[in-house]
Amino acid sequence: MSQKTMVEALNLALHQAMEADDRVIVLGEDVAQTGGVFRVTAGLLDRFGENRIVDTPLAEAGIVGSAIGMSVYGLLPVVEIQFDVFVYPGFEQIVVQAARYAWRTKGEVPASIVIRIPFGGGVRAPELHSDSPEALFAHVPGLKVVCPTTPTDARDMLLAAIEDPDPVIFMEPKRIYRAGREDVPDEPPFKIGSSNGDTAALLSKARTARGGNDLAILTYGATVPPSLEAADQLAEDRGIQTRVIDLRSLYPLDIEAIEAAARECGRALVVHEAPRHAGLGAEVSSLIHERCMLDLEAPVMRVTGYDVPFPQFANEDDYLPSVDRIKQGARKVLDF
Amino acid sequence: MDDLLRIIGDGREIPDAPVPEGLGEKDLVELYRWLVLLRTFDERSVALQRQGRIGTYALYWGEEGTQAGPLYALEGSDWVFPSYRQNAVGILRGVPAATVLAWWRGYGGKLGFWNPREHRVGPICVPIATHLPHAVGVAWAAKIKGDRTASLSWFGDGATSEGDFHEAMNFASVFNAPTIFFCVNNQWAISTPFHKQTATATIAEKAAAYAMPGVRVDGFDPIACWKVTRDALDRARSGAGPTLIEAYCYRLRAHGTADDPRLYRDETITETWLHLEPVGRMAGFLSRLGIMDDGLEESIKAEAKQTIADAVTEMESMELPGQEVLFDGVFASGRPWTFDEGLEELHHSARAPEVKPLGPQTGPSTEDVEEPR
Repeated sequence: MSQKTMVEALNLALHQAMEADDRVIVLGEDVAQTGGVFRVTAGLLDRFGENRIVDTPLAEAGIVGSAIGMSVYGLLPVVEIQFDVFVYPGFEQIVVQAARYAWRTKGEVPASIVIRIPFGGGVRAPELHSDSPEALFAHVPGLKVVCPTTPTDARDMLLAAIEDPDPVIFMEPKRIYRAGREDVPDEPPFKIGSSNGDTAALLSKARTARGGNDLAILTYGATVPPSLEAADQLAEDRGIQTRVIDLRSLYPLDIEAIEAAARECGRALVVHEAPRHAGLGAEVSSLIHERCMLDLEAPVMRVTGYDVPFPQFANEDDYLPSVDRIKQGARKVLDF
Repeated sequence: MDDLLRIIGDGREIPDAPVPEGLGEKDLVELYRWLVLLRTFDERSVALQRQGRIGTYALYWGEEGTQAGPLYALEGSDWVFPSYRQNAVGILRGVPAATVLAWWRGYGGKLGFWNPREHRVGPICVPIATHLPHAVGVAWAAKIKGDRTASLSWFGDGATSEGDFHEAMNFASVFNAPTIFFCVNNQWAISTPFHKQTATATIAEKAAAYAMPGVRVDGFDPIACWKVTRDALDRARSGAGPTLIEAYCYRLRAHGTADDPRLYRDETITETWLHLEPVGRMAGFLSRLGIMDDGLEESIKAEAKQTIADAVTEMESMELPGQEVLFDGVFASGRPWTFDEGLEELHHSARAPEVKPLGPQTGPSTEDVEEPR
């Protein structure tokens, strides 16, 4: 057990996976010599050598496509996309190839790759370094899409994603990367190489980040901390007990946790940083309305980013869901 | 065309060259057998499409040499990645012809797909050039693991305009992957002619940008295609890296059964290429060498006809896939809850009637096909 940031926890996971299984290989831009622009892959080159941690040319279709081929041959590639927006050149490989490889091979040869994508804003980055593209991937059949929020989840879920036979889009909220530390157990959550693909518990279940039965906030990634802060303030201001659900898995969604939260609280708010239109919030809200209509005291509301290009950073705090905006959204649901 | 490697003469002014070292008489006959099997599959598939027994089909008539030749140069442990134009090449590696026919019949799941690891043959690739990085990844992985495995990908001249072609070439070269890029330059991407596809005079010269050799070969000559692939393979296995091969030929038929080339090209020009088609040309060559007489030729053709006829019977005796096939094999790890709900929804509604192929299209490429039955 030691105190780790999310970056350090991800780094630990990669060390543990590569140590335990020599099929695991890491590909990406600036991942080897510099250890990645966020240092998630630091130290891997010294430990595992240039055959297993590879600095690639700047070509995301080439990176993802090569990784698919490597997987078909029996390796387990972990791809790092340097920044969210840079995944778009690799989109075709992800959608038409990675997502469909199992289906096109009778379910027998999945593209067993993990695509790590540091995403989202709030780190004062230049233009086109702050997108939240998770809904694009959650909409594509054949992909698992997950997003850890805590350092321990980041370590455990990355190990599970590598262990899982299917392609996993692994969204890493970069605003949380170094935002805080927590105790991360040294021991992996399962014996690496022994799960027989049973990684469902770590790749499909939500986490209750805060208990409560008056209002449910369903969120993930970098909007979990402001949602928790808003929940604390609602408790202080109005005595409202807010349950905060950290979805963790964006496909598949943890339908049981979502339904339970909606039923037991009767009021629900979805919060995410990505633009609103056709975002994850629309899906979660629809599911609740379809299944829990008679349990609801109010319609499900959303607090999200706007349907605009992610702004230049001088204005990014106007775009990102703040504690105050989340509280306003909560009031709409509570006072409906 | 002077820079093209050619072994078999054109039966007119160009003479035959000696058979390259490494190909014995048995090999030549076997290579001919492969060509005939591919030809028979293609012609029969066009006929099946015209009869409404399979769906839209992409022809490769005339390009058999660009498939059988390179494949014969590889070992069984080497991987190949076909595009839809090489849709049936897997039958030379043990993929059942009925499976390929089932794919064209619109069947999925266990009927229309195969496991690439069993045959070292990738799935039929539809999105242009997207399989090229996979061939690179396989070769690169083999190199990392210390295996002597190499890979080969087939693609057309149109594919060289795609980013994936360039990214794959660059990765292969930078990481010295033992892979072969086999471009079948048939000069037409549906209606787009070669000169509108690229400003370069050849495909081969694009190799220079990636510091690898670019080789040109007569794409209608199966033995020459074998030879350039064997040389590229030797080079790859020696650790010298990838090669780009341009097999120069001409698309003798339509792009697919739904295409009519009369709309965009002069078919009298197509006629001028016809005498170079590889099956008849190879037969003439073997006959001139005294390796094959009419009896052997006929028996090879009869055998192929039977093989494909059996495959058609097998495909047509397949039970129509059930509704659950929609959800089969999407995830190797199991079914998410949304699949169970989808299947339940399907089970509670009336099943749509059997979906039949759309049926015959018209076009010069399909009208002259002999019905084998």
